[in-house]
Amino acid sequence: MKRVPSVRAAPARSLESAAPPAAGGAAAAGAWRRRSLLALLRRDRVMLLLILPGLVYFVLFHYVPLLGYVVAFEDYVPFIGFVDSTFVGLDNFQHMLADSQFWQALVNTLEITLLQLVFYFPAPIALALLLSSVISSGVRRFVQSVVYLPHFISWVVIVALFQQMLGGAGVLNHLLRELGQQPIDIMTAPSLFKPLVTAQVIWKDCGWGTIIFLAALLNIDASLYEASAVDGAGRWQRLWHVTLPGIMPITILLLILRLGEALTVNFQQIILQRDAVGAGAGEVLDTFVYFHGIIGGDWGVSAAVGLVKGIVAALLVISANRIAHAFGQEGLYQ
Amino acid sequence: MIASNSRPPWLERPTVAGRALKLAVLAVVTLAVVYPFATVVATSLASDQDVLDSGGLVLIPRHPNLAAYSTILQGGVITHAVLVSVGVTLVGTLLSLATTVAMAYGLSRRGVVGSRPILLIALFTLMFTPGIIPNYLLVKQLGLLNNYASLILPVLLNAFNLVVLRGFFQGIPQDLIDSARMDGAGDVRILTTIVLPLSKAVLAVIALFYAVSYWNAFFNALLYLNDSGKWPLQLVLRLYVLQGAPLPGTVALSPDMAPPPTQSVQMAVVVIALVPILLVYPFLQRYFTRGVLTGAIKG
Repeated sequence: MKRVPSVRAAPARSLESAAPPAAGGAAAAGAWRRRSLLALLRRDRVMLLLILPGLVYFVLFHYVPLLGYVVAFEDYVPFIGFVDSTFVGLDNFQHMLADSQFWQALVNTLEITLLQLVFYFPAPIALALLLSSVISSGVRRFVQSVVYLPHFISWVVIVALFQQMLGGAGVLNHLLRELGQQPIDIMTAPSLFKPLVTAQVIWKDCGWGTIIFLAALLNIDASLYEASAVDGAGRWQRLWHVTLPGIMPITILLLILRLGEALTVNFQQIILQRDAVGAGAGEVLDTFVYFHGIIGGDWGVSAAVGLVKGIVAALLVISANRIAHAFGQEGLYQ
Repeated sequence: MIASNSRPPWLERPTVAGRALKLAVLAVVTLAVVYPFATVVATSLASDQDVLDSGGLVLIPRHPNLAAYSTILQGGVITHAVLVSVGVTLVGTLLSLATTVAMAYGLSRRGVVGSRPILLIALFTLMFTPGIIPNYLLVKQLGLLNNYASLILPVLLNAFNLVVLRGFFQGIPQDLIDSARMDGAGDVRILTTIVLPLSKAVLAVIALFYAVSYWNAFFNALLYLNDSGKWPLQLVLRLYVLQGAPLPGTVALSPDMAPPPTQSVQMAVVVIALVPILLVYPFLQRYFTRGVLTGAIKG
């Protein structure tokens, strides 16, 4: 792979934007551009070859599948394939709107999102504030390394752990029986499903969520604390006037981004537990698509649900980013 | 406030009650995380008598033994699932790391033709996912159903990891790269002799992230592998622990040898799924505290 600098046929990369030669008409300029594009491709061929596998992956597995949404407009029969299946226009969407199970899944999804906003979202902030107020770095490190851990545990294991703790034969019911109380199987009670999945998300990701808030707390200028302490501000006043304004930008950003994902709840977590409580309490939009489409074979309607969900979710994310920009934040993309 | 290990002079001494409360909250939080793991490990080691005495879950097994582990490793089903998971994780991580490094490096250099739109194509995937049905149809169309490649190829690259790595590569001083080029090194040579040796820490983190996600994944296997004989460990765990199917081998092998208690066997499967994560966790943890990742994200 040895290459002598003088062999480089095209201009150096920094000169890439150099103006085309002034002489000659439009045709000449076009020819120059074409030759120069070829020259650029030749010049960058190694880099482009390195990029190629990744680019193929993104196009093939993230863009090409979108074509599959054509089945949302078809009476899709897998045996015939989507080229020859009958085109039915917007029928699938009408079926979707008339399907009470779809509305139930939508309501469940939004309820879980709301619960997570109220209970999960503030949890890492509270934990980060508590951790940052611990003076001993040894204690802080220890607690941090313990609470980050569940983030890396698979959902299957986490649900198994919760089953051992809260399930019918779990620790909690063992205790209740010892105390002569009526046992309660939290894992299979439909009415407790949404609080349960929220608690699981808190258990899994609260510690992980503190990382970003701890970083924000670290960035607050210590002299602000000192100055306000000298001015007589107490502990709580400093929290209110220095700490909270210091982490407000990142909090707003994360909140907006979470709102952008309002239709997305943790699919892997929920699909593991939906059967235990039934579809009425446990169905969310993504599981609706899975159970009605892949399992039930109702491809058209579930693809329609997936398509509508995907479009609304993308619009939500884009507007969330717009709003984040309006707040002077960077958002997910520039 | 966080960086210092001593009390700044302006900070008032907390009251005893305040400190006790703070410690109590931290202790409860820590216990809430540790306790489930501890009892799962303890139960997996427990004997019949321990499980009976404690009414199901054990915190300290009085007659610890490895019967549960030898049972599931004899059974064959778990052993096979572990091998599948290890294989998918190793091959997947290697492929993912190689393609991420190559693409991030290609996109890290200013002025490579087309790099801007290509980066946007990759970044845009952070905002939408095609969804279950089209993904399934694509994998089916590619003929990958029931093939282990379906557990790797659809999740080969992660745009977030790509951006982190590209940001890190861009932070490598241009002088180093220029002087290597003066010495006649080509793009690939610069990558292998200059860029990669300087990026060991961030490469380790990204490799671990990929490995953890391959090890933990179950849904793609559920979606694409119809043959349950091919299932990775997480799906087998779901079947035997969450859905309570009886594990082959938990029935008595011979009349004079009682099988280990079901609960111990189930928990042993959970422990086997946990062990690799617990093994790599200290390394992941070390890099977070060094801020490798947060620094790269900000950059």
